[in-house]
Amino acid sequence: MAEIIQTQNLKYAYPVEEDEKPVLALAGVNLLIQKGSFVVVLGHNGSGKSTLAKMFNGVLQPTEGDVFVDGMNTRDESLLLSIRQHVGMVFQNPDNQIVANVVEEDVAFAPENLGVPTEEIRSRVDEALAAVDMSEFTTHAPHLLSGGQKQRIAIAGVIAMAPECIVLDEATAMLDPVGRQEVLSTVHRLNREQGITVILITHHMNEAEDADRVIVMDDGKVAMDGLPQEVFSHVDQLRGMGLTVPDTVDLLDRLRRDGLDVPLGALKVEACADAIAAAMAVI
Amino acid sequence: MLKDITLGQYFPGNTVAHRLDPRTKILLVVLYIVALFCAKSWGGYATMAVTLAVCVKISKVGLKSLVRGLKPVLFIIIFTGVLNLFFTPDDHYLVEWGVIHISQAGLVRAFFMVLRIMLLIMGTFLMTYTTSPIRLTDGLESLLGPLKKAHVPVHELAMMMSIALRFIPTLIEETDKIMSAQKARGADFESGGIVQKAKALIPVLVPLFISAFRRADELATAMECRCYHGGEGRTKLHVLRYAARDYVALAGGVLICGFVLVLRQFGL
Amino acid sequence: MEPILQVKNLTHTYSLGTPFERSAVKNMSFDIQEGEFLGIIGHTGSGKSTLIQHLNGLLKPTEGQILLHGKDIWSEPKKIREVRFRVGLVFQYPEYQLFEETVYKDIAFGPTNQGKSGAELDHCVREAARLVGIRDDQLDKSPFELSGGQKRRVALAGVLAMEPEILVLDEPTAGLDPAGRENLMANIRHYHENKRRTIVLVSHSMDEIAQNVDRILVLKRGGVLMSGTPSEVFARAEELLSAGLDVPQITRIAMALKRRGLEIDPAVYTVEALERQINALRKGGAAC
Repeated sequence: MAEIIQTQNLKYAYPVEEDEKPVLALAGVNLLIQKGSFVVVLGHNGSGKSTLAKMFNGVLQPTEGDVFVDGMNTRDESLLLSIRQHVGMVFQNPDNQIVANVVEEDVAFAPENLGVPTEEIRSRVDEALAAVDMSEFTTHAPHLLSGGQKQRIAIAGVIAMAPECIVLDEATAMLDPVGRQEVLSTVHRLNREQGITVILITHHMNEAEDADRVIVMDDGKVAMDGLPQEVFSHVDQLRGMGLTVPDTVDLLDRLRRDGLDVPLGALKVEACADAIAAAMAVI
Repeated sequence: MLKDITLGQYFPGNTVAHRLDPRTKILLVVLYIVALFCAKSWGGYATMAVTLAVCVKISKVGLKSLVRGLKPVLFIIIFTGVLNLFFTPDDHYLVEWGVIHISQAGLVRAFFMVLRIMLLIMGTFLMTYTTSPIRLTDGLESLLGPLKKAHVPVHELAMMMSIALRFIPTLIEETDKIMSAQKARGADFESGGIVQKAKALIPVLVPLFISAFRRADELATAMECRCYHGGEGRTKLHVLRYAARDYVALAGGVLICGFVLVLRQFGL
Repeated sequence: MEPILQVKNLTHTYSLGTPFERSAVKNMSFDIQEGEFLGIIGHTGSGKSTLIQHLNGLLKPTEGQILLHGKDIWSEPKKIREVRFRVGLVFQYPEYQLFEETVYKDIAFGPTNQGKSGAELDHCVREAARLVGIRDDQLDKSPFELSGGQKRRVALAGVLAMEPEILVLDEPTAGLDPAGRENLMANIRHYHENKRRTIVLVSHSMDEIAQNVDRILVLKRGGVLMSGTPSEVFARAEELLSAGLDVPQITRIAMALKRRGLEIDPAVYTVEALERQINALRKGGAAC
């Protein structure tokens, strides 16, 4: 399978005052993100996960190393527009990424910038709104919508660029559980039905349950990288990095220590109950 | 309190008033204002009031929300009324009580002035209520287009304006929130003199400015991420095109304006 | 014992007399006992935010009363500021209200408004900073130099410094990472245990509520749907789920185990408790 994003020895230091020593927010990251995959990036605040997200479409430029999007180096300014069209971003605060007072005009913003012909903008907007299940709000004022709805509008605004990949930079952090669920099921559907690559940056462990791959960032480096069940089986290591594990894994881990033979990989409630019931039946 | 400010609010709809080209509406408002300042007497003002009433009816915007828009300028309206009521000189007065003189001419004049301001504000608001701010700025951008040749950054100004309008409700909500939060810490915005009241606003203004800058910063990044690179090569979802109804509306506007001018000639 | 705070038939209607008229809280009644740690949970739009702004007199009831120590807080409207010092309210994302040049001055804003000065003021500020884990050397810094989590602590200290009898927290951990959430909740629990003060915690997160409070109040569409201890409330998990509310993940695992025929009491909400139950079953099972 081809990769959509590749980072090579990526380092980044935020600019500092003259007398201060620069701290590396990213300290050598090598990643390959496969086309069509659903990747969750976890990490505590300050682990470098948001900085990493901003490298994926050239919002930040590497201090050292390179980032390639579909083979295009983000350092090449002439390619920046094309790179941003390939990799769309959804940010944390829904209020600060909505440009227009009417939903359809906001969704149209990116295609307008790209110079898409009017008739095609219309169809792209309608399709994007349908894809996030917000068609009935086409002519609404965005500031009157709920947090989850606003984020879905933001996602539609990105979809309208026809991107290969969507990066959600803590886009669920400010939402209530209902809103979070709306956003998650929307991006999962887009990933499944339209094959769009999704990179979800979060510190809610449960959002990683259905991912194809989980990357854990710590100290500007990739600390863990693998299937969700593999990553979450390292309970102590995750805790040491200021993260938690889902309660399912926590329970299974405790039961294992108590001598019950259960696998750690059962992340979801039903799978976890199955695992425990099966182990209990053996006794 | 702050939620009463309705400036820049837009009530979506699908009436003829909503569907008119924004340029038409801007031109009509300009014509309306010209006519309003030409109206001199009962006939002229009645024409203007009826015109507005018909437009309100067509637009299906509730009269109540239009009247609510007057609230923030209530003071100016009352002040104008009072000024004209008491300080219009005349030969004889209806009421003479100390320094207060009220003449018939004063009464009429005060009535007209108040009516003029109210019609002016309601007419302008009718436009903003029925036109989404983006379309409004599109209209302005297009009308001011010729200025681009004189290196006036018309697109940038229009974009700034539409973003400012977009953030008005957000910032109003935020101001309310910060005020509540500081009140919860015992801040007192009501008592004391002007200096004290101004001082009491510091705990609101500082966080508000910081937040506005943060929002601006994040918005700029978000816009860049959505491929914004200035006005060059931009297309539009809604292309402005004059339709038959626009010509009809403009012709109507010119006719009414002309009618008021004629009335003025005859002193009606 | 008389409750410290009583909400009696509270109704709040926004935009009364306009087409936008909407009741956010409808005829709501409940008591808060002195020293209690009460959790309030409900959807966005369940009336949570409207309710808590009544508790300290930021909003005035359209109908009904709020009684503080048996006295209507609106009996003397001029003294409503007093009520705000006695019922401390920490809003969502409180770090966005910081405005002073130094952390110390910002924390001192509330108590200064209260009329405190000199040694008393200094004591209040330092004590509040200590309670939330702000170090002495951070007091002279600008609050804007601190990290997000620390800013939030400073804002919390700003309310604690008024020494309120009741502390109301609206989503205090929103947006923090797991470690930040746990640290802040530990601070709040510690404050509750040491000062024995009444706390009202509003949260979206069932897990957070379940792990911290003595009693839960579940709101739905402006009214009280349930009230009781965590085990009482989670014993009605099916009802919560059908009301569109979440239950803690542990409760859901327990329910799933019960469906699989294991003898598990599903009114369980901590990992430890469920672990104990399963281990007890194993021992029982082994004995057969």
